[in-house]
Amino acid sequence: MSPRITAATAARVLAQLHHDRRTVALLLLVPALLIALLSWVLAGDEPAFDRVAAPMLGLFPFITMFLVTSIAMLRERTGGTLERLMTMPLAKLDLLTGYGVAFASVAVVQAGITAAVAFGALGLEAAGSTWLIVALAVGNAVLGMALGLFLSAFASSEFQAVQFMPAFVLPQLLLCGLFVPRDQMSVALEAISQALPLTYAFDALQQVATDGAGAGDILLDIAVIAGGTLLALALGAATLRRRTA
Amino acid sequence: MSSLPAASETTTPTAMSAIAVDGLRVRRGGRVVLDGVSTSLPSGTVAGLLGPSGCGKSTLLRSIMGVQRIEAGDVRVLGAPAGSKDLRSRVAYMTQAPSVYADLTVAENLTYFARVLGAPDADVARVTEAVGLAGMTGRLVDGLSGGERARASLATALLGRPEVLVLDEPTVGLDPVLRRDLWALFHRLAAGGVTLLVSSHVMDEAARCTRLLLMRDGRLLADTTPDGLLRDTGAPDVEAAFLVLVEQTP
Repeated sequence: MSPRITAATAARVLAQLHHDRRTVALLLLVPALLIALLSWVLAGDEPAFDRVAAPMLGLFPFITMFLVTSIAMLRERTGGTLERLMTMPLAKLDLLTGYGVAFASVAVVQAGITAAVAFGALGLEAAGSTWLIVALAVGNAVLGMALGLFLSAFASSEFQAVQFMPAFVLPQLLLCGLFVPRDQMSVALEAISQALPLTYAFDALQQVATDGAGAGDILLDIAVIAGGTLLALALGAATLRRRTA
Repeated sequence: MSSLPAASETTTPTAMSAIAVDGLRVRRGGRVVLDGVSTSLPSGTVAGLLGPSGCGKSTLLRSIMGVQRIEAGDVRVLGAPAGSKDLRSRVAYMTQAPSVYADLTVAENLTYFARVLGAPDADVARVTEAVGLAGMTGRLVDGLSGGERARASLATALLGRPEVLVLDEPTVGLDPVLRRDLWALFHRLAAGGVTLLVSSHVMDEAARCTRLLLMRDGRLLADTTPDGLLRDTGAPDVEAAFLVLVEQTP
C-alpha cells in the first residue's frame, strides 16, 4: 500500500464529485431538508421528533454513501478504468482506502450540515454529545461505503446497483429498531436483526441521543460497526480481481 | 502455413524476448478464443497484431497484460510471468474501449494515472503533446469525440517510462496526420529499446510495423515481417496476403 497512491485516489474521487455539482448539492442538502420535513410532519410532538430525528441524522450518510459508492465502483468496473488500474502499481487497499477517505470527508460535511440544521435551526435535542452523533454518522457513512463497494461486484448495470438499496438497506432500516423496538419484534425477526450492522448503528445513536450515553457506553456497537466495515472491505477487496475470465 | 516460418520456429529463448508467448490457450464463455498461440518478440520491436474483429486480438493482449484468465500455456513479459507485480510500472496498456474517467478533465485523468505510476506531473504535458491533445487538457472527457477519448486513453499508456507498450487499436478513427505522427513516435520509442505490440483490424497499418502477427479465429496465420509476408505469399498487399494464408490453412 502506498500513501501517495491512496491520496491520489481520494483526490481523484473528490475531483469527480467536484465536477458533478448537482450530486454534491443533493448529497449535502437532502438529509437536512428531510430532517426539516420530519420536524414539520411531527410539529407539536417534540419528544417524537427528538426520538426519531437524531438516529435518522446518523443513518442518512449510511444510505447515501452506500448508493453513491456502489454506482461509482460499478462505473469503475464497467468503464475499463478498474482493469487499467489493476495493471498499474496500485494495491487494492489503495483503491478502497482512497474511496473511503474521499467519501468519509464528504460524510463529515454532510453530517455537519445536517446536525447544524437539526440542532441549530430545528431545535432538536439530544441527551448525549452532538459531536458523538456526528462521529457515528461518519462511521456509518464508511460502513455504507464499504457495503456499497462490496455489493457493486454483484451488479452488472446501474439499474441493478440502485435496486440493491431497497434490497439490502431498507430491510435493515425496518429491523434496526427505528420503527418498532426490537424487543417487541417476533423472536425470529429479533434474531435476524442481531446479525445486521445497521441494528448496532441505530442502537449507538439511540443510546447517545435518548439515554445520554458516552462513547464508553457504546463500545460494543462501535466494535460491530468497525468490524462490519473491515469485513465488507475485505470482501470488497476479494471482488477486485486482477485477472478475469 | 506451408511456406511461412511456423510461430514456434521463431521463438527465441525467453531471456532475450520482451514478450514470449508459448502454447497459449484461452477459453471464454465455453468458447476457445485462443488456441495454441506462440510468439516471441525481441526488445525494440514494433509488432502489429492484425486480424478481423473478434479473432482474439484483444484476448491475446489481455493475456500479455496478465488480466486474462488462461487455460494453458505460458506468457512472459520482460522475463517475468505476465501480470507480475514487478511488471506493473514497466508495462503499459491501452484497452480497446477508452478507459479514462468521463467525469474528469484530460489533465485530471492524466495527473491521477501519473501519480499512481509515480511519474512526474510534468509527464502530463509531454504525453498530451504526443497525442495532439495539448490544447484540450482542461476539457471534460465526457465532452470529447470518440477519437479524442481514444487519444486521452493512449496518452495514459505513454506516461512514465514503460519498457513494453501493449496498445489495443490505438489509431482507430484518427486523422491521417496524427496517425503518421503516432507511428513515428512508436518507432522513436522502439529505437530506444521499448517493445510495442499494436493491434489493428486495418490491414494497411501492417506496412508501419517491423514485425507482423496475422490472426484469424484464435490462431496465428503468420508471424513474420511485412516484406517476408509479401515475398512468401506472392501477394501485392497485406490484405491479399491474408486471403492467400486463409486459403492455405487446412
